[in-house]
Amino acid sequence: MGEKSKGFFVTGDPLIYGADVAIIVTLLGIIIFLTVFKKWGWLWKEWFTTVDHKRIGIMYLVSSLLMLFRGGVDALLMRLQLAAPNTHFLTSQHYNEIFTTHGTIMILFMAMPFMFALFNIVIPLQIGARDVAYPFLNALSFWLFFFGALLFNLSFVVGGSPDAGWLSYPPLSEIAGSPGPGQNFYIWGIQISGIGSLATGINFLVTILKMRAPGMKLMKMPLFSWSVLSSCITIIFAFPVLTVTLALLFVDRYLGAHIFTADSGNPMMYVNLIWMWGHPEVYIVVLPAFGIYSEIVSTFSKKKIFGYKSMVFSMMIISILGYFTWVHHFFTMGAGADVNTFFAITTMAIGIPTGVKIFNWLFTMFRGRITISQPMLWTIAFIPCFVVGGATGVMLAIAPADYQYHNSYFLIAHFHQTLIGGVVFGYLAGLYYWWPKMFGFKLNERLGKWAFWTWNIGFYVCFMPQYALGFMGMTRRVYTYGWDMGWAPFNMVSTVGAFLMGIGFIFQAWQILYSIKNGEKDVTGDPWNGRTLEWSIPSPAPLYNFAVIPEVKHDDDWWETKKAMADSQYKKEPPQYEPIHMPKQSGIPFIMSACWFVVGFGFTFGWSYVGLAGLLGVGLCLLARSFQQETDYYIPVDEVRKTEASLGRVG
Amino acid sequence: MNKRRVAWYWKILLLTTVSSLFLSGCDRQYLVFNPAGPVAQKEYDLIVLSAVLCAIVVIPVLALLFFILYRYRDRPGNKAKYSPNWHDSKILEVVWWGIPIIIIGILSIYTAKTTYTLTKPPVKDVKPITIQVTSMDWKWLFQYPGQKIATVNYAEIPVGVPVQFHLTSNQMMNSFWVPELGGQEYTMPGMAMRLWLQADRPGTYYGSGANFTGKGFTHMKFKVIAKPQAEFDQWARQIKQTEKPLTMTVYKQLAKKGLAEKQAFSSYPAQLFTNTLNENGGKYMDKDMKHGKSDMPAMNHNDHDMSGMEHKGE
Repeated sequence: MGEKSKGFFVTGDPLIYGADVAIIVTLLGIIIFLTVFKKWGWLWKEWFTTVDHKRIGIMYLVSSLLMLFRGGVDALLMRLQLAAPNTHFLTSQHYNEIFTTHGTIMILFMAMPFMFALFNIVIPLQIGARDVAYPFLNALSFWLFFFGALLFNLSFVVGGSPDAGWLSYPPLSEIAGSPGPGQNFYIWGIQISGIGSLATGINFLVTILKMRAPGMKLMKMPLFSWSVLSSCITIIFAFPVLTVTLALLFVDRYLGAHIFTADSGNPMMYVNLIWMWGHPEVYIVVLPAFGIYSEIVSTFSKKKIFGYKSMVFSMMIISILGYFTWVHHFFTMGAGADVNTFFAITTMAIGIPTGVKIFNWLFTMFRGRITISQPMLWTIAFIPCFVVGGATGVMLAIAPADYQYHNSYFLIAHFHQTLIGGVVFGYLAGLYYWWPKMFGFKLNERLGKWAFWTWNIGFYVCFMPQYALGFMGMTRRVYTYGWDMGWAPFNMVSTVGAFLMGIGFIFQAWQILYSIKNGEKDVTGDPWNGRTLEWSIPSPAPLYNFAVIPEVKHDDDWWETKKAMADSQYKKEPPQYEPIHMPKQSGIPFIMSACWFVVGFGFTFGWSYVGLAGLLGVGLCLLARSFQQETDYYIPVDEVRKTEASLGRVG
Repeated sequence: MNKRRVAWYWKILLLTTVSSLFLSGCDRQYLVFNPAGPVAQKEYDLIVLSAVLCAIVVIPVLALLFFILYRYRDRPGNKAKYSPNWHDSKILEVVWWGIPIIIIGILSIYTAKTTYTLTKPPVKDVKPITIQVTSMDWKWLFQYPGQKIATVNYAEIPVGVPVQFHLTSNQMMNSFWVPELGGQEYTMPGMAMRLWLQADRPGTYYGSGANFTGKGFTHMKFKVIAKPQAEFDQWARQIKQTEKPLTMTVYKQLAKKGLAEKQAFSSYPAQLFTNTLNENGGKYMDKDMKHGKSDMPAMNHNDHDMSGMEHKGE
């Protein structure tokens, strides 16, 4: 057990030195590239100051894939350490840091931005809008996330990583248990990006409620948009709880309060609060995945979604019921038989609407015509994976039985099965589905299949043995184990599976790089024979998305329009272009978020003056923005007509 | 490469993995499947019941998925029915809202029953014993108020006698878990949680801390040894006669962060457990409770019976 170093830079571990070198080399490489090719201006003008939802979406996507890589490397390091008994690859301290960062990164800095990427790229196109309701706020959300994630990841090289678990229960996360800056990095990294998440929730809620194309009644809205709506409602109620909880923890650590310490305060309060956010959080990330599956199943079965109303109803029930299950994360805290019974039943009850959705997807395929393309592959793989994960979830919900599963590898296997099988598979399906819309070309099929099979087989090889390990008494977060318990063979198998998934990720990286060069171009804008509005415009969508805002008459409106167009009687009316109202770019979101970074960094190290200086900067940015008068402009008709003509859509 | 052959290799790999899962099962290594007492037995029964009920849904769903994928593929000459606009069926909706509701209903009844049962001693006609457990960084201290002895990192219990564990922590929040005897419960500073366990056959049972407490967490293992009553009494007597007492000095040494060997003590300072509770916030809890401000499951007197899981059971 190596002692944690006390210096500013993290020292003493060859793994970290290696990473330091890699980081410096990469940074230098990027700086040299940008300078040699004179790309600094381009980066600032086209990306850092953009308020275009499509570009913001792409930046979310790139960040989340990078974070998937980092979180994945964390996972592989853990699996290497656990591959065989009594391994000395990682020390206890290092292992604790890695599982903490793995969990935090995967949920908050991988799943959330991946989800926001899809919100941003798809929602305005799907509801027939030209941007989100608050484009400036949208850019601010992204940069807050970005700098929050940067701050959190910085703990790897300066100050030391947090090591109290991804939800950081006190008393362990208090000063007495975690004296270093690591825990502060955790608080500030999440806090800063959390403000961005809350703002995104508000932004998309308003976008969906206020900016739908004329004629698109709520009950004509595509299911992905519905899923985003339910997810946003959940965000708005859940994220403030997180913000307050972490703020209170910071008050404890920074000002020496005793809100969550056991003397005079109470750690149980923290555990309740963090799960009041934490449980809805899993629904926040899984609901949009449900929406994605609904779109894909319907498109690739060439059939209307089965039980649309039931689907909407079940999503709304899930997002409400999601608030009444949080205690199932700590039945063993002994809240009493009444409380445990109540929360056991609410938890099992949430399985009902989820099960209904599975049947509806199955019956969408039933009597359809199923094409197994890449998005559909991931959707099909999701169903068995999530059904089994859901079943083990119901088993975990049974409070007395949970006394035997809690904190064991059974639990680990369960939540990875629902989060990977449900959320990651869903987002990947969405990525393959909307990729042509984002970039104008398809991802290579052959490499995609290799990626799919290694991911999937890797998944089962990795996590099925972990259910067994749970029954064998293996608890989570142990950094090593002996030969005596018989845990060795399953752990070895599990490690092999984890590496298969790693290979799957490499295939995907390769697939993306290969397809950038050789990908099949999408010239129609509708590569999958889609059903919803985003497929009615060119790929990638022009700056203003829709030259003329469509009038929606049906559910699956684009599908119906295409049917009408196939009719010989169909007459296309020449489009009436009008000047298009657009938001102006702004550098303030970037600068303000950078100031927040300074705030976080300062308070993390207890340098209050640095923190206060950062806050001053934030204040100045707010002031500057409030005095900006010209925040919008119009694209003239000529330019619209020219762009449409160049895209082959002559008016 | 030949596609069919690749698929075949994957199948073999999957089959060997799955079968190794099942073949290596069913021996003593699956602690949860080897209940050694009534508490673990009840939990085991619920695990089996829930697994079976879930399988009733899971298996048909999987079968249906594979059937649909096989039958409705978009290939030329597929004669299966294609109804692109069929999207609603009240009967089917009732079926798949109904079946899960029934299954969850059944599970709920059993869950509620067992939850309340486990707050009571497993058998009524035997006088229970009490063991006070303190999780420290990173070791377990067991105190026997009946025998006035204490042990570290192991506990002995009499067979066939219900044991009420009073659980607390003097530092970080841990969880006390002996899978073969029953499920776990948190140990928290300033609170005394109650957990009933009982062994019905002699043996040595694996126990561990299940909630992460920092650097030495992994090493927080202990053994629970169940013996017939006579042998247990003999063991307690022997400790009383041969071991040293646990003085405050020794206790303070023990409470420092670090690992510890198995130890036994012939006595311990009076009120040590209560004092540990009070020092870690128990006194605040107590005040809140007296003023009726809080219904926290916290207690700092060993003989009250309002805490945690049992306040309904008494």
